[in-house]
Amino acid sequence: MPINPFVKMTSTVIKHLLGPTACKMYPVEKPVFFANTRGHIAIETNKCILCTLCAKKCPTYAIQVDKPGKAWKIERTKCIMCLACVACCPKKCLTSENQYSAPVTVKVVETFNVEPPAAPKAPETCPGKE
Amino acid sequence: MPKRTIIPFGPQHPVLPEPIHLDIAIRDEKVVEAIPSLGFIHRGLELLVDKKDFNDMCFVAERICGICSFIHGQGYCQGIEEIMNVQVPDRAKYLRTIWAELSRIHSHILWLGLAADAAGFESLFMHSWRVREKVLDIFEETTGGRVIFGVNKVGGVKRDIENDVLKRIVGTLKDMEAEFKPLANVFIDDYSIKHRFSNVGMLSKEDAYKLGAVGPVLRGSGVSIDARKLGYAAYKELNFEPIVENSCDCYARTIVRVREVYQSVDLIKQAVDKIPDGPIDQKVTGSPNGEFFSRLEQPRGEVVYYMRGNGTKNLDRYRVRTPTFSNIAPLVKMLEGCELADVPVIILTIDPCISCTER
Repeated sequence: MPINPFVKMTSTVIKHLLGPTACKMYPVEKPVFFANTRGHIAIETNKCILCTLCAKKCPTYAIQVDKPGKAWKIERTKCIMCLACVACCPKKCLTSENQYSAPVTVKVVETFNVEPPAAPKAPETCPGKE
Repeated sequence: MPKRTIIPFGPQHPVLPEPIHLDIAIRDEKVVEAIPSLGFIHRGLELLVDKKDFNDMCFVAERICGICSFIHGQGYCQGIEEIMNVQVPDRAKYLRTIWAELSRIHSHILWLGLAADAAGFESLFMHSWRVREKVLDIFEETTGGRVIFGVNKVGGVKRDIENDVLKRIVGTLKDMEAEFKPLANVFIDDYSIKHRFSNVGMLSKEDAYKLGAVGPVLRGSGVSIDARKLGYAAYKELNFEPIVENSCDCYARTIVRVREVYQSVDLIKQAVDKIPDGPIDQKVTGSPNGEFFSRLEQPRGEVVYYMRGNGTKNLDRYRVRTPTFSNIAPLVKMLEGCELADVPVIILTIDPCISCTER
């Protein structure tokens, strides 16, 4: 026997009135990102050796590396989070974070001052020379 | 005889967020002719091949469309892999199949919501999109993105999905299917939806085949053609039959999409059961030299890629024929003889993606 449409409608209405909300109450309830979410690129400035490989691999030219000025720059609005830079970094100093970068009204280039790790000192006397 | 009047439809129209322009010639509320004009949003994506490395071009290919982004990337990569004779690992093929079917589910549910909205059924539209959200969450968890995934690369995929996560995804899809079922029954049984879509936008089997319709438009007219049957990726090892409806109207196209959601869930279950362990990518060296036509089934229909490499890092030519472009000729045929008030619904049933069509 088919269900009376009125009963069907009332049960649907009650289910949705008493059930959980479909949307998140955004400003009160913070969004939870997955571990894999491509949010933004972060750099560990003390590991970077300014090799410029990331800038060369970037398909959108969002990364610039200023070798003499010892600076690593990224334009967040250009970055497409393809993670090509993370994959090619020889020192693994670039990482993908799961939080999105903050929205901006003006396109800015974010600059990070890099302190390259000191090159290992060459031994003063060659061990095999004595 | 009533006077012939031309009504402009688009490029800005409430039913479509995208710009397509049709000059609709009417005589006394009956459409006698529809003349489409395209070219409002040219983005020059195909021209970028001679500036981008062929590996980077995959990101551009994905950005052709926001709904079938994964399948665009997959089609591009499959073409290059064929030219370069790269053997993609089986696990990568299965992962591509799973993501492609997830794309199909979310595209179809999105379209069903839009169709409900076009028929004036706003609450059904919202419930459809609520159900779709689960699929987007699966995408975010597995690929890191909700719209553009960036997991395809020439030679395989970039991210693996662990086997227990795959099992959990099947569980989530089961829940989604249970939530989708009451909505699907509304599309199938509801009087107002049936009344709005039945016997509207008729396209006969012969016309559909002759005019080159693709996807649900073709299958809604009773022609059993599905590019997945070509057996690309892992489809040759999965068991499925193209879904066909014979009533040739807007209602048939809606039902094809509803049934394809269930079919996609089933295909994902089969793929998760059969997925082998192993590597997910193959190292690619050298540059493509040769040409290839790559054909895939997108949610909207069959897409064709042509690419020609010349042995350098940049391709010579990259051409995409998207499903909406093929469906415009059948659309013009469907519009002939319909009522003016049915025009938005008929245009919606080909699932138009204008930014796909006009790159």
